Amino acid sequence: MSLWRQLSRGIADLWDRAPRDRDVADEVAHFREALEAEGRAQGMSAAEARRYAQLELGGATQVRAELRSVGWERAVATFFADLRYGWRGLWTNRVFSLVAVCTIAIGIGAATAIVSALRPVLFDSLPYPAPERVRAVVEWSATGERNPGTFGMYHELARRSRSFEAMAVHTPWSPTLTGDGRPERLSGQRVSASYLRTLGVAPTRGRDFREEDDRPGSVPVVIISHRLWQQHFGEDSEILRRTLRLDDEDVAIVGVMPADFENVLLPGADVWSPLQFGLESGPAWGHFLGTIGRLRPGVDASTAESELNQLSAQVIAELRPSTYGTQLRVSASSLQDDLTRDVRPALWAVLAAVGVVLLLAAVNVTNLLLARGARRREEFALRAALGASRTRLLRQVLTESLLLSLIGGAVGVAMAGAAVGAIVAASPAGLSRVDVIAVDTPILLFAIVLTTVTSLVVGLLPALQASGQGSLHLNLGTARVAGGRRRIRSVLVGAQVALALVLLSGSGLLLRSMRQLLAVSPGFDAQGILTMQVQASPRRYTEPGAVDRYFDDVRAAILRVPGVTEVALTSQLPLSGDHEAYGVTLASPPDVAPAERREIFRYAVSPGYLELLRIPLKAGRTLTAADRDGAPRSVVVNEAFVRRYFRDRDPIGERLWIGATTGEPYTVVGIVGDVKQLSLAGDTPDAVYTTPGQWRFAHHTQSLVVRGSTDIATLAPAVREAVWSVERDHPVARLTTMDAMISETAADRRFTLLLFEIFALSALALTAAGVYGMMAGIVAERTREFGLRAAVGATPGRIVALVFSFGARVTSVGLVIGVVAVVLGLRGLRTMLYGVSHLDVITHAVVLLLIALVAGVACALPAVRAARIDPAVALRD
Amino acid sequence: MAEHGTDVIQGTLDVIILRALSLQPLHGFGIARRIEQVSKQVFKVNPGSLLTALQRLERDGSVESAWRITENSRRAKYYSLTKKGRQRLKVETEGWQLRAAAVARLLGVEG
Repeated sequence: MSLWRQLSRGIADLWDRAPRDRDVADEVAHFREALEAEGRAQGMSAAEARRYAQLELGGATQVRAELRSVGWERAVATFFADLRYGWRGLWTNRVFSLVAVCTIAIGIGAATAIVSALRPVLFDSLPYPAPERVRAVVEWSATGERNPGTFGMYHELARRSRSFEAMAVHTPWSPTLTGDGRPERLSGQRVSASYLRTLGVAPTRGRDFREEDDRPGSVPVVIISHRLWQQHFGEDSEILRRTLRLDDEDVAIVGVMPADFENVLLPGADVWSPLQFGLESGPAWGHFLGTIGRLRPGVDASTAESELNQLSAQVIAELRPSTYGTQLRVSASSLQDDLTRDVRPALWAVLAAVGVVLLLAAVNVTNLLLARGARRREEFALRAALGASRTRLLRQVLTESLLLSLIGGAVGVAMAGAAVGAIVAASPAGLSRVDVIAVDTPILLFAIVLTTVTSLVVGLLPALQASGQGSLHLNLGTARVAGGRRRIRSVLVGAQVALALVLLSGSGLLLRSMRQLLAVSPGFDAQGILTMQVQASPRRYTEPGAVDRYFDDVRAAILRVPGVTEVALTSQLPLSGDHEAYGVTLASPPDVAPAERREIFRYAVSPGYLELLRIPLKAGRTLTAADRDGAPRSVVVNEAFVRRYFRDRDPIGERLWIGATTGEPYTVVGIVGDVKQLSLAGDTPDAVYTTPGQWRFAHHTQSLVVRGSTDIATLAPAVREAVWSVERDHPVARLTTMDAMISETAADRRFTLLLFEIFALSALALTAAGVYGMMAGIVAERTREFGLRAAVGATPGRIVALVFSFGARVTSVGLVIGVVAVVLGLRGLRTMLYGVSHLDVITHAVVLLLIALVAGVACALPAVRAARIDPAVALRD
Repeated sequence: MAEHGTDVIQGTLDVIILRALSLQPLHGFGIARRIEQVSKQVFKVNPGSLLTALQRLERDGSVESAWRITENSRRAKYYSLTKKGRQRLKVETEGWQLRAAAVARLLGVEG
């Protein structure tokens, strides 16, 4: 009851305080009249009675003030009054407020956006139970290269290991879904039965794989994703009785994964099927699998690793798999570390940039508030003289800081929301866990805490300074105090110029690096080429040559499409992510030591492929229709291969085996130019070209390259129909232009670049605001001095020069420090750079000029204002 | 009289006001005079403290107030005890008597 009364009265009072004020005044007046009446009753004169009452009451104003201070709502009212007063102050200084709010917004917005974007990748643990126990089991060769795992090694390690409660292998799988509608190529994984168990997840409907599903020759089964269940089966509740037609085979659906299951090892996967491998099967010791394990509770990683190393040595000694060297190291780092291994350095660089931007913002606001504090010294001195306590003044200033950062923080959070959307949209497809990026509650809390802390830290310094002793000795030692403050602010501005230089230089280097990268020639003419992948069912074309005849028909059909001029086939397409490589054995002793031998990329291409891509022929001949099955085996090699393996010999006519050394060797018939296979940034790989007919296996999946006389992208639908006109249910995948594929290989860099560009722009804006704020503040402080100088004959030009030289001094000190920081700090960026040194002179010169220009403009405005100061007005004030 | 403090003993102002109001509703000035009278001029109440205390008591629900016309036809705010106020007066009076007796005994022994 009492609490309710307190609250209701308080609120009524906050709503409208006039009635209570009136009551209080009336009551005090009554008291005074009663005292006067008493005095007169004792025989005093009217004047005496009035004085007596005055004395007894002890000042009506003070009593009224005391009365008003009763109750909690008074503190609130004071706060509101401070807010109102603060708002008025901010409104009068609109330019200052705008700059401060923008500064805070940029700092908080950028930080929140980036931390939101990086949190799932860098900080959040994987979305599985006890995620720290999920490890990536990785084999490393003697030369420190990462080997894909083998089924044989996995099988033996899983059987023998005591450290892991489960181990599993997985490999990507792209089955063709046929049946109703258009054929579709699914993304999926072939896994050991223990895969989901190792991750610690289970299907929501149906069951997990059982050991018997995984035996060679078992009835094929699949588990499907929630997404596939929704989109393909309309959330059919009878799903477990249905089948999928995958690669011309009906497979039973035994389970559906939960909607929130994140398959971090292959984010887009929709189907999972058991590997059904045995140790006896051919590829058991082939290196193509990923291996993961779940540690037993309480087992630490180093124990597990030493056990794995011991066991793998045993396995190699006992079973002698020919594909393993004698020296092998096995690591068991956490799956999360393993997944982010490649992007981690870049992400940390970005995170450091976040810190720099935040620092810039804080420095800037401090600076602005310092400048403002200087201009408000008289106001504070006056208020202090009128009896405002120091705490009261501090509270006022803190309230204003809080108000500023609240507004800035709100704007910043809104900006972060927009920025995160842009970041997700711009992120490369391969970046793990990008789909869970969002500004969520913890991040919002982070932003709010950041806002408050910034305001308090930033607010306290000027508040202390404004309300401290300096303000009370208004006219004593002003120059000294101002000088000290100017020094602080010069340091702050110098610091932010240095920070901005580091950020801008980093972004500049990435930008140039990207330019270089896109200018790299892939080794072929990518313009005007349409590509797609066609998969022919391995079950349908079992006879020798059948699948090649099918692809011949497809080529003929596409050539009939109006506008198409050339069509060719390749088993792997440059820059598409395809990676098929073999070891090569020369019939005559090679010129190269075993350690320098490399695996080579092997392409099975139709005649006309090399010509279509305009890959230059350097010597000999290209492949022709005559190089078919039964004819002497021919191979065309590239220049990189010749350089490595033949040195001074003429390679034409040399004989070699690709992969297995059985059967007739290939004869080198021609040499062609080098082509980038994996990425524009990577080395040029060694390569050999054969025809599909002269390879020991049939190629059921082929990439088509199509050149046309018109805009090639518009031909895509007609070309696809042409493929389907030969055979209806073969999927056409990865339909895109070569140009698009090339720009995709630069996606990682473009993403990092985008982040750095955001930072660099923020940094530039903050630097401009900072330098402007400082110069404006100093000009305001020195108004009297400038007036005096003008009065004794300084020309406006002289005063402008004065302001400029000060600005230039501070900026150049910052630039010098910045250059040192760039030289030392940007070394970490080297791995991200391509074709440009981290000490690139042009980049740094441009950035220096840019900052100098911005600083110059930021100095110019206050300088002109200083020159316009009317000496009379300045001296009178 | 100066050597005997005329300020109300710390913490007792509330209960003294409640006591003054226990007989009849009074306005602020009336309460001040009643306290002086009854204490035989030992205690003088500062108007500021008195009115503040009244506000506090009203918030607390121990007293309630109403504007009325005084005997010399002037508008004044009259305070009266509520049920809660009576209860509080009773409890605090007993507490005070207990403590006062104890202090008196202690001082008696010392003296």
